[in-house]
Amino acid sequence: MSVTVAYTLDDALESLAADPSAIVLAGGTDLMVALNSGHRRADAIVCVKRVSELRSWRHDPDAGTLRIGAAMTYSELMDDPLAGFAPALAQAARTVGSPQIRNAATIGGNIGTASPAGDGLPVLSALEAVVHVASTSGHRDVAFADFAIAPKRTVLQPGELITGVTIPVLSGFQGYSKVGVRNAMVIATASACLVVDPVGRSVRLALGSVGPLILRAPEAEAIASAAIDFEANTIGPAAIRAFGEAAGAAARPIDDHRSSAAYRRRAIEVLARRLITRACPSITGEPS
Amino acid sequence: MNQIYTLRVNGDDREVRDAWVGESLLYVLRERLGLMGSKGACEQGECGSCSVLVDDELVCGCLVLAASATGQQIVTIEGIAPVGIPSDVQQAFVDAGAVQCGFCTPGLIMATHALLDRSPEPTEYEIREELSGNVCRCTGYGRIIDAVQRVSVSRRAAAEVTS
Repeated sequence: MSVTVAYTLDDALESLAADPSAIVLAGGTDLMVALNSGHRRADAIVCVKRVSELRSWRHDPDAGTLRIGAAMTYSELMDDPLAGFAPALAQAARTVGSPQIRNAATIGGNIGTASPAGDGLPVLSALEAVVHVASTSGHRDVAFADFAIAPKRTVLQPGELITGVTIPVLSGFQGYSKVGVRNAMVIATASACLVVDPVGRSVRLALGSVGPLILRAPEAEAIASAAIDFEANTIGPAAIRAFGEAAGAAARPIDDHRSSAAYRRRAIEVLARRLITRACPSITGEPS
Repeated sequence: MNQIYTLRVNGDDREVRDAWVGESLLYVLRERLGLMGSKGACEQGECGSCSVLVDDELVCGCLVLAASATGQQIVTIEGIAPVGIPSDVQQAFVDAGAVQCGFCTPGLIMATHALLDRSPEPTEYEIREELSGNVCRCTGYGRIIDAVQRVSVSRRAAAEVTS
């Protein structure tokens, strides 16, 4: 077994090209658990957490975008300045593990591991993020929605590395909510991210831990987009109920050791209603 | 094939040889370098008993690939204060009765130093959140929170005297 510590993107890509079977190590919060337990074997590991290109971020005010390097940690996403550009991502970051985990775990690792319970992923889905991928043969961009193809499987090819992710910087409400058995150190039983874009007059809702992949809830989005008064930032109680029901209907949960499908669907309804109520704090019409 | 690599632990360069390069930092600290202060329990980042500082960041030693930490500054519980002269955090844990079986204590001491460096006067809520990655099965956490608050108060008092 060999371990290569890469300091530049070229080093990392060349190491991966030389041995496409090499496993990429970023924060280690998933891979080390598998190595420690013997559930996974590795002949070669390329460590990318200190690659300078992956440790940077850039706000482009003209394009209205934020590009986040793949090795940025959840601790860094949780605090300003990044939290100001991506509030829902900061909220999701705060629910990840513990301070120790957040200091190590990276956004690129979350994307690459592609667990349906990845806390950052519903946010990237709702923000319609673009994932940047590189290899020695070049760069490509993949829409977040197309990146994961099955639980823990992605379109990443041997020799390819996630270099970062770009999200829009939006002015409206965005929020992330998660249900688990504790407030800390918990894998999501169900999670949801709501993004309201008052400029584009759109609403986006993404669901985590309730399907094989991160799901969007298009019917719920259509209900909220039609019902929200984007000038006054209000929505009626009937629309809130319908939004929650449509969100629950979009979930495709399973029964497993962490929860039941029925509980997860119910949790999504509640999370969706809660998020839309936070987005539009003054509700119009009769109370429900 | 085994790689030979050097780790900088508590200010000293320590060579690791004849070791599998897939070993965690926790394993290397304990089994290769004889530093038994960091404890191993869950080996999956859940319990915090192996908490160490790598380049000033609090992390779980069990989730760090040791061979990837070359060139980084590693501080373990053995490096937090000279032997026999406890740090203020260590002393406060003793004074507050925050140590029972003691297994979680090294990790909690490391986490408390990291917390107070980042936030010198944390609220109780903040203490609970910041120490949420360190599991203690004895104390119920009340005396641990008390210990953290004692350090915060005493450091502020010391700062006021010197200013």
